[in-house]
Amino acid sequence: MAFRSAVITFPGSNCDRDMAVALELASGTAPMRVWHGDAALPDRLDFIALPGGFSYGDYLRSGAMAARSPIMQAVVDAASRGVPVLGVCNGFQILTESGLLPGALMRNAGQNFICRTVALKVENNQTLFTSGYSAGQIIHIPVAHHDGNYFADDETLDRLEGEGRVAFRYTDACNGSRRDIAGVLNRAGNVLGMMPHPERAVETAHGSTDGRALFDSAVKALVAA
Amino acid sequence: MKVHIHVSLKSGVLDPQGRAIHHALEGLGFAGVNDVRAGRLIELDVDDSVTDAQLDEMCRKLLANMVIENYRIEKVGEKENA
Repeated sequence: MAFRSAVITFPGSNCDRDMAVALELASGTAPMRVWHGDAALPDRLDFIALPGGFSYGDYLRSGAMAARSPIMQAVVDAASRGVPVLGVCNGFQILTESGLLPGALMRNAGQNFICRTVALKVENNQTLFTSGYSAGQIIHIPVAHHDGNYFADDETLDRLEGEGRVAFRYTDACNGSRRDIAGVLNRAGNVLGMMPHPERAVETAHGSTDGRALFDSAVKALVAA
Repeated sequence: MKVHIHVSLKSGVLDPQGRAIHHALEGLGFAGVNDVRAGRLIELDVDDSVTDAQLDEMCRKLLANMVIENYRIEKVGEKENA
């Protein structure tokens, strides 16, 4: 069964090709490419990816304009039907701005753009995105962002932690994120947003292949379903 | 009608930009600055038919992120010759 996935490209996306390569590596099938101005997604999608970049030049707030673009209503509808949605970096910002994930991503606490490989702890490996990791596993994935400082109020953070919705945590303080949160899930577990770039860690030439298991997990979850 | 939308970070939300500005002011030798919070001013020119409720909705749906920001709507003048 072919894995039907889509990568959404917004004006200013720059990791859409990397995301497509990673999805094809894991699934054997090239994802469909969808433009932000499209009103509808392809039928029967198994997976939707919102890539990194600087959609709409980060105008107003990172991800704010993209979250209101025509295709996002279709993504919100698909997510509510249970279609897996992965948002990386700017994709994570778009997911919080669209209300699919709680919280907000603010300017890094140190003001600087951070571009390096960081260590992450897999906090929950019982998700369709993380089943290929072991619980508590430390993985190495690159980050490259200016606005990755995750904020939510204490009540929201307690709820996220209590419900196992923190997928990844930085092992060392990275960008000022509250409780060092690097990736969060929605309540149903089919939407994951994360600042680190797993699609940049899927080939040996990348220096790390720790991101590969995330895409393999998603493909495996579909085959098992 | 001109409308100014003042968007500011909620109290309790750390403001790295404000902190950096504060630090820079101190570096320039300005004493007595206790705190700096940086916000955003959005100027709108809207038809007089636009209601307060619509302005409010614009803020909530797009201009401010209600997770981290507050907003204040200020009408700064009616159109001349109206």
